Amino acid sequence: MKARIALVLGSVSAALVALIIASPRVIAADKIDPAADAKAFQNFFFQKFPDVKREDFVNGPYSMNADMKRQWQEKEEFPPYEFALDAGKEMFATPFRNGKSYADCFPNGGIGIRQNYPYFDEKEGKVVTLELALNRCREANGEQPYSYVKDEMASLTAYMAFTSRGKPMDIRIPDDPRALAAFENGKRYFYTRRGQMNFSCASCHVQSPGERIRAEILAPALGILNAMPIYRSEWSGMGTTSRRFVTCNSQTRAVPLEPQADEYRDVEYFLSYVANGLPISGPGARP
Amino acid sequence: MASSIRVRAISNGDITEVQTLIQHPMDTGLVKDAKGELIPAHFIQQLTFECNGKDVFVADWGTAISKDPYVKFSFKGARKGDDLKISWTDNKGGSDTITAKIA
Repeated sequence: MKARIALVLGSVSAALVALIIASPRVIAADKIDPAADAKAFQNFFFQKFPDVKREDFVNGPYSMNADMKRQWQEKEEFPPYEFALDAGKEMFATPFRNGKSYADCFPNGGIGIRQNYPYFDEKEGKVVTLELALNRCREANGEQPYSYVKDEMASLTAYMAFTSRGKPMDIRIPDDPRALAAFENGKRYFYTRRGQMNFSCASCHVQSPGERIRAEILAPALGILNAMPIYRSEWSGMGTTSRRFVTCNSQTRAVPLEPQADEYRDVEYFLSYVANGLPISGPGARP
Repeated sequence: MASSIRVRAISNGDITEVQTLIQHPMDTGLVKDAKGELIPAHFIQQLTFECNGKDVFVADWGTAISKDPYVKFSFKGARKGDDLKISWTDNKGGSDTITAKIA
């Protein structure tokens, strides 16, 4: 009996010691430094792939494999997203029923601004992505919102990305604790393992870019959103950033969130911020 | 409505290289939609490239061709500025035609 009590007391004190040891680390982790995170993130990829040009990371798997790159360069002469791009251009220029248009909802008439999305909206206290802003623009003008994953939304974002091609990603984190929290939340989502396969986003796109997963070559996480939206041959069609997140989750047999859920908005914020300085290359084409 | 056919024909000395992208669903008739109902077959049956009144490329297609097909080939005997006429017809009686200048 006495021995048992001693054992219980022993484990309680051990737990206390563990708590004391762990607590300074918790405090350290509370300090959020996005600039340092972005630098470390980029350096990780630059050191892991010293032969890849920095601006080439935005071309996903093609930056990792010379053979695929040749095929893609030929494909780019006649890109499969061309129809979506033309449709997007037409949709963007077509006014709503109230006479206003998308251009009225965005700075600079919506041209050449892709690199500033997602941004942190200090009024709402949340991250606003380009897809979200487009649907809000529609709703504010009395139109039905589009599906976040493909078709019209992909065409519109394809056109907006195209007008911003080559501009460096320029995501700002305002001096607002909620913005820092959103960044941190996105980072946490990115590195958290989930689903039946117990994969995090980072398991594939940080640990294993350039490696094969079945017949495909994994893209590096650095600059992965700069190419969005993408025409994927596997989908026989266009897909948005939302579609990419949802299918990544389901492929690791996790339960996907709703498109534009807070976590997806935050992870898009995190991934875009750490790719600051890399050029927009969307719309992209992927196998 | 923009044309369903995109074409680029470039003359390089004796040889003209043609690239074409066609927007078409190319449904096989074997796939079901979200409600579980079969999507009826809808595919291009014949694709023709005509230059100076002569067929230079004729394809009889079936359901095994992918959605939004891409075709690339080259042929001899055309010059810069010649017209290249591309047309397709599908199993539902749909069709489209475009004429491009060889550059």
